[in-house]
Amino acid sequence: MNSPDPVASDKIRCDACPVLCYIAEGRAGACDRYANQGGQLVRLDPLTAIERGAPAVPFLECGWDGNPIASRPFLTAVGAGTTYPDYKPAPFIVSEEVEGVEMVTVVTEGIFSYCGVKVKIDTDRHIGPERALVRAGGEPVGHVTTTEYGSKMLSLGGVEHLTGGGKAEGRVTCETLLKLCNKEEVTLEVDEGAAMTIRAGTAPVIDGKPEALMRVGCGSAAIGMFAVQWAPHADEVIVVDDHITGVLSEHQAGRMLGLEPTGIRVKGRRSTPGRYFKVAEPGAGWGGTNVSDPLDILLPADKRKAKPGMTLFMVSTTGEDSAFFRLDEDLLPREEEIPPALVASAERVRENCEPALVSVLFMAGAGGSLRAGVTENPVGLTRSVRNALTQVTIGGAPAYLWPGGGITVMADVLETPENAFGYVPTPALVAPVEFTLRREDFVALGGHADRIRPVSEVLGGAKRVSAPVARDPRDRRNFRWGA
Amino acid sequence: MRERPQRAVFPDGRLGLRHGPIELVIGAEGPARAAALEAAERRFATILEELVAELPLLRQPPAALPEGPTARRMWAAARPHAARVFVTPMAAVAGAVAEEILAAMVASGPLVKAYVNDGGDIALHLEAGATYAAAIRGLDGSELGRFTIRPEDGIGGVATSGRGGRSLSLGIGESVTALAATAAAADAAATLLANAVDLPGHKAIRRVPARDLQPDSDLGDRPVTVEVGPITEAEADEALARGFAEAEWMRGAGLIRGALLHLRGRTRILSPDPSLADA
Repeated sequence: MNSPDPVASDKIRCDACPVLCYIAEGRAGACDRYANQGGQLVRLDPLTAIERGAPAVPFLECGWDGNPIASRPFLTAVGAGTTYPDYKPAPFIVSEEVEGVEMVTVVTEGIFSYCGVKVKIDTDRHIGPERALVRAGGEPVGHVTTTEYGSKMLSLGGVEHLTGGGKAEGRVTCETLLKLCNKEEVTLEVDEGAAMTIRAGTAPVIDGKPEALMRVGCGSAAIGMFAVQWAPHADEVIVVDDHITGVLSEHQAGRMLGLEPTGIRVKGRRSTPGRYFKVAEPGAGWGGTNVSDPLDILLPADKRKAKPGMTLFMVSTTGEDSAFFRLDEDLLPREEEIPPALVASAERVRENCEPALVSVLFMAGAGGSLRAGVTENPVGLTRSVRNALTQVTIGGAPAYLWPGGGITVMADVLETPENAFGYVPTPALVAPVEFTLRREDFVALGGHADRIRPVSEVLGGAKRVSAPVARDPRDRRNFRWGA
Repeated sequence: MRERPQRAVFPDGRLGLRHGPIELVIGAEGPARAAALEAAERRFATILEELVAELPLLRQPPAALPEGPTARRMWAAARPHAARVFVTPMAAVAGAVAEEILAAMVASGPLVKAYVNDGGDIALHLEAGATYAAAIRGLDGSELGRFTIRPEDGIGGVATSGRGGRSLSLGIGESVTALAATAAAADAAATLLANAVDLPGHKAIRRVPARDLQPDSDLGDRPVTVEVGPITEAEADEALARGFAEAEWMRGAGLIRGALLHLRGRTRILSPDPSLADA
């Protein structure tokens, strides 16, 4: 690590070369390879050389402490540079003995046009209709995809936005992906939906309001979980939820507790007893509906069953909203103070909700020419990965290998080192990729064996050590032969 | 820890040298090829330190003559422009480094063709019969122009400046290429032409003092462009016309041979010879 000479609170003096640039916070020096990040001198990826048609000179900067016990560095591809054209061996092919097995790691930075991110936003709020376009600075960068349990999902990037649309669309898409992958904040707008500020590992901000909690479950699930705690304290409990609103006395859980029907009716479409779809429109109100007054979802009570004095507790699926009512002589609900036991139950609901977070998975296909940097027979690498002889990591982060053809992987950007991703103006993302395998398997698949260097030789230079991952990519349990 | 000068030989035989902000790709053909590449590497070993020694002077408008040979090339390239516009020898640093390395190579023995590419600023040496083909790509990778240089064209330098580079610019030129007798002259001209492609006072152009971005920039508190918002096609034409007029003046003064100016999908070419403009 270079030791910056602190000359002012927000500026540092870089001592990486004789120029001794004085670098302002957030800026790079004259070389574009060193920068000031929060007062720390950090090395940037040597990407500029690629665009000038000259291969990046291999340059080491990143070590990776992949094993907290043995402190054995795992070389990641961050800052490794890349080779172009692809037939040239990857910038670093390193080997070392791990538990008696000589392991080879091929380290390169891949340029991906076929790549994007899948974003999971923990919220029940309406962010926009499924399939709606997601925009950054007015340019389409992706779309809203299938809602998952307690979360809205975005699919951003991909080749159609990067290179299939207009120039501005490609540029903005690339910028958005880069920021999300490098754990930076982006602001997105959904057509006919919300404006969101999101950043991996933090709570989403939707239409200016920070999301706090994931719902405990849908309204029906909440009834199932808390029926026993609610039944003694109210004649009826309604859990307001945009997906399925639950009504305790009608619900299977209430029936089994011997509750009588209350005649309190909710709007929407009944799915099964005590479970209602579409009690309101989606929105930023109670339980992901557009309701700010919960009484808006009620129909007039059934006069044959409802009785004056009956009590009703209404709560949202996160426990953040709750209210207590008593039916008057005309069977109209009148709000009253919530009894302490029910206040406590709302608190229990809230306690069972996990913090709402944004998670970002980088997804890309390494099935193309990138493989040629590893082996003269690219399909050999694909087969080796498929057969669990080769472990793929993205900046040291474990990658999930999507079944089927090619090497299509997903990795959690939170597990990659800081600023692990770069870009080229093509536009395309540059991501660190490491292939780890036994030397014998590397040789068998036609790997560039003559390029193997001991890891100690490569790690002699300046390096950046990142926080350890859960499992060393070279751990034998990752491989078919080690299981 | 200081980085030392780094060296790489690419599989196609070209030599790569890097030290600090200098990044060279070097090619040579002819009987003295090996000697020339060795000479390049030898000359490169100290060039950055030599420049750094005179950096304070090189960041001032050209007045007192600097000592070092590379610094003098920079000074000589900036000087003819200094009466008309603000310029320091730093405007020619990349071209001058390329030129200095090339000079060392040419002195080492007979070469048919040699070039030193310093991050897009290229110093060229061509003997009779040799040609150098260059392609200019925009920031998005699309090709803006392609030309072939012959010894009789009198072009020893090709330099490109603009918003895509890592230098700060006073203008909005996206990619401006200048062809000149030497690489340092081409570099200074390209820098100043990229400044000249501009729309002074336009609201969509965001500028900040150079020192806010690079505390030791030779541009001091002069406003440099950080963002160009929407501009109309007519405005783009107007900005290019300003740059083009400047290029015509430079050609008239004998400072450049030709230029190619690019902004927002439009290209204007100023050529001494129509055969250069086969874009």
